[in-house]
This record gives sequence, structure tokens and C-alpha cells, in this order.
Amino acid sequence: MVRDLVKTYPAARGRRGTPGTPEVRASDGISLEVRRGEIFGLLGPNGAGKSTLVRQLTGLMRPDAGTVHVLGHDLVRHPERAARLIGYLGQESTALDELTVALAAETTGRLRGLSAREARAERDAVLEELGLTGLAGRPLKKLSGGQRRLACFAATLVGERPVLVLDEPTTGMDPVARRAVWAAVDRRRAEHGATVLLVTHNVIEAETVLDRVAVLDRGRVIACDSPSGLKEHVAGEVRVELVWRERAPLDVPEVAALRDSAQESGRRWVLRLAPEEARAAVAAVTGGAAFAALDDFTLATPSLEDVYLALGGNATKGLVKA
Amino acid sequence: MSIVSAKSDAAVSARRTPAEETAAAPLAPRARLLPALAAVYRAQLSRARVARIPLLFVATFQSVGIMVLMRGVVDGGAEARAVVAGASVLVVAFVALNLLAQYFGQLRAGGGLDHYATLPVPPAAVVLGAAGAYASFTVPGTVVTAVAGSVLFELPLTHLWVLAAVIPLSGAALAGLGAALGLLAPRQEMATLLGQLGMSAALLLGVLPADRLPEPVSYARDLLPSTYGVEAMARTFDAHPDWPAVALDLAVCAAVGVVSLAVATWAYRRAAVR
Repeated sequence: MVRDLVKTYPAARGRRGTPGTPEVRASDGISLEVRRGEIFGLLGPNGAGKSTLVRQLTGLMRPDAGTVHVLGHDLVRHPERAARLIGYLGQESTALDELTVALAAETTGRLRGLSAREARAERDAVLEELGLTGLAGRPLKKLSGGQRRLACFAATLVGERPVLVLDEPTTGMDPVARRAVWAAVDRRRAEHGATVLLVTHNVIEAETVLDRVAVLDRGRVIACDSPSGLKEHVAGEVRVELVWRERAPLDVPEVAALRDSAQESGRRWVLRLAPEEARAAVAAVTGGAAFAALDDFTLATPSLEDVYLALGGNATKGLVKA
Repeated sequence: MSIVSAKSDAAVSARRTPAEETAAAPLAPRARLLPALAAVYRAQLSRARVARIPLLFVATFQSVGIMVLMRGVVDGGAEARAVVAGASVLVVAFVALNLLAQYFGQLRAGGGLDHYATLPVPPAAVVLGAAGAYASFTVPGTVVTAVAGSVLFELPLTHLWVLAAVIPLSGAALAGLGAALGLLAPRQEMATLLGQLGMSAALLLGVLPADRLPEPVSYARDLLPSTYGVEAMARTFDAHPDWPAVALDLAVCAAVGVVSLAVATWAYRRAAVR
């Protein structure tokens, strides 16, 4: 159980020589409680404060105020304990880039306090589990982005920890590698009751793998619930996507009326409407003059992205849907 | 802004027994200093295969080239000894000071220190492991330079075994300095610049014979730790070297090494947790 009461981070990041850098509150009074054995997600666009929050959890950054409790340990008072409780996968691989996959995993295990024999045994097991055995002798530098990410994930798993903090673990991975990651995470939860905190801006992933998710925006938690619970916020709505051939036929009055509630990106319009409104809208664009200008349309139940927007999230960009 | 709803909160506290409330989970063991140091050292040595070998050649060619160049300037005797010793220690300065400063600067700028900072590893293990590995990288180049120089200037090879002390001790001093510069430099470019400057200083002040330098420059020479490695080595080209003086010079290297590695460890701690 990761209990995390209040954490304010009023970073006055004024760099010398560049005056006028405004103070950034990367964590503006965040409170979260993650239960033991849970896969908990932090979702939000770039710059929402996800990584800053995670850096405070892992002892890399001291919060200006507030407390962080992980499994009964106060990590603000004892930041050095974080490394003995948490396996952390950061976004960077600089420290491991010039090592082979096998040595990166083994060395990381050694530095987690394993004996040489244990480190080698765990290394072999983890590489096998993630399907990396064939790449064991290759330096990380020579691997593709997704493979490198998977190798770093392997290093994170060597030397078992009750809590895993993974900062965008599947960036750049193909579906096979993604599945290997989630299978490994699930196995650790099932066998050891591991708690997983996942940073992501990938909506699809958030919907499928997370038990609960906190939505962050500008340093604040704007919602926290299970993905389906969050979607109930917008349950009464239908998502309508219209793609026009060249441009919207604004001379059709029904189309012109829809424009106000649409989010436009080029030829694509996204609308969130009540079901009867959606029916009327579809009828309007699929009949008569508007249909000639229509390239494609879809109706769907709302996704976490719609939740995010409905909650007042600032970003019309930044969340990834692939 | 607590977001856990009242309902789920109640569910959690119902499941949670009082013992779970208070009992802290056991901490995984810390990595001990020597095994962690050995692991870092081994990992760093393996990097040489990927990244360092070309640079080791550069270091050696540079030193051999300088000696060939200086052959036209100095004519045997004390000056020749200083040139050979200076060129040999220059290899150490190039790799241990310059390259290590660049490595730590790059690691710090690229977020690589986070990797070590989130592992339960003593800071000294990371700094000493990397410094030790870079000092080890200098061994082949230094030996080749010393032997080539001795042959070139017709100096005796008898006491070249002293390299076994000169390399680790001046290596410790210069690697400690390089690590400290790399970790303290506010920006990566600054770390590179300081490393290059340190090496240029070792080149100019170490290779050029001391008595030809202007007086203020010779003070700067005394401040540079590599100087003591150079002097210790130069003394051993005598038929009957002044061993206490050699030991004293090497002791200075050792002391600078201890201090600079301690500073580097402190700098690492500071750089790792911002």
C-alpha cells in the first residue's frame, strides 16, 4: 500500500541568465492512496507532473511539503529506503546503454544487493521470461528503441521488489513486447502481491491494464477511480467522429450548428453528444447535401480520453491513443 | 484534494487489519560496498569494448607523437626523462581525467545517475568503480608510451616497474579530479570543457621540462596532481633513484586521490538527489 498524503512542489525553477522563468507547481497538493497489489496508473498529458510525482516517490526528489508513505516507511524522512522497496524504471537508459543486455540486468541485480550467483540466476530467468535471451549478448545501444526499453524493464525486475514504479514502460514497443511486459507485471502481482505504479499517457493501455487510475493535470489530481468508474462520468454520452472529404459543408445549417460543440483537427471533428442528439447529428450528416462531403464517421462509447476532456483537462493534445 | 471515494476507503479499512496498519514491510538488503564496487567496475570495463578502445589509441598516439616531436628539442639527460615521464602520465590524464569528466557529465545530463540513485548502492561504489575502471583503461597506453619513450630516448628500462605504483596512484588522483569535475559542472558542455582543460594542463605542464617554464607557470605546475606522478617516474630513470623522494611524490598523488575521490563521492550524492 502506497499511501501518499499531500505533496506540494512549488519549484522556483528560475535558471540563472534566463530571468522570468515562472514558478512551476509540478505537484500541487497531490493526495493518493494506492492499495497493496494494485496496478495503479497516473495518466495525463506531457507536463502534467507525472514524472515529478514519481521522482518524489522514488526518493530522487524531495517534496517541499507533504508526506510519502510506502509500505509503512516514511520516504520523505528516509529517502534512502526507497531503493530497498521500489524497483524503478525511469525514462532514460543512459547508464546502461553501453552494456550488453545480460550485463545490464546482472549488474543492476548486483547493485540491488544480490550475490553474484543470485544475480546471474535471476538475470537468466528474467531474460527468458521477457523473450530477451536471444539478445543477451547485444549492447543496449545497438537495439531498437522498443527492445532497449524491454531490456531496461528486465533490469528493473532483477532483484525482486514489493513495489514497481514504471515510467512509461512500453514506449516504442511492439505488441509482442508489450504483452511480455504486462504478463510479467501480472505474474509478480499474482505470485508476490507486488504493487505497481504506472505512468502513462497512453489511453488504451490505461483502460486495459489498470485497476485504478489517477488523472493528473497541471500538478493536480483531477480524478481518481477505476477506468470504468471514470467512464461513468460521461456514460450518458456518445462519441461521434466525423471525417470530411475536404472540408465541412458549413452551408448545411445542421452541420453549422454542430460546429460549436465539435473539436476540430483538420478534416476531423470529434463531438460528445447525448444519444438522441447523436442520432439527429448522424441523420443530418448521412442524409442530403452533407453526405456528399462526408468521408467517414464513427459512433463509439466514450474512452478515457473523453473522460479526461470532460473533467476539464487542458489538453486537446498530449494523450496518445495507440 | 483526496480522490479516494468514501466507499472505497471504507472497503480498504475493513480489509486492513491493525497489524498491517502499523507493520512496515521488510526492506531489501543494501548492496555492500565491495561487491557493488566490483559490479560497477566490471560493467565499466565492459563498456571499453563498446565505446573506449578508439579513444585509448588516440591517447597513446598522442603521447608517442609528442615524444617524437620533442626528440628534436631536448637532447637526452634530465629533460628527456621529464618528456618520457610526462608523456606517459599524459595518457592517464587523457583517459582518467578528461574522459571520466566527460562520462560523468554526460551521465548526469542524460538522467543516467537516476539509475544508480534508485538502487541501494553506496555512492562510493559508483564513483570508485568508475574511477577504477578508467584508471585501468590507461594501463596499456601508459606502458606502451613508457617503453616506446625509453627506447626512443635511450633511457634504461630497469625501473619501469614503478609504473605499477605510478598508474594506480596518479590514476586515483586524476580520476578523482575528473569525476569531481564531471559531477560538479553545472552543464555537460562545462564538464567536457573542464576535462579538456585539465588534460591540456597536464600536457603543457607535464611534458615541457620544468626549468624552461616561466616562474608563475611553474607554480601552476606544482598545483597539478599529475606533476607528482611525472616527477616520481622521471626520478626512476636514474641508475640509483632517490627512492624516498619517489615515495613522497607518490604519497602526494595518493593524498590527492583520497581527497578528490571523497569530493567526487560527495558531488555524486549531491547530483543524484535534486
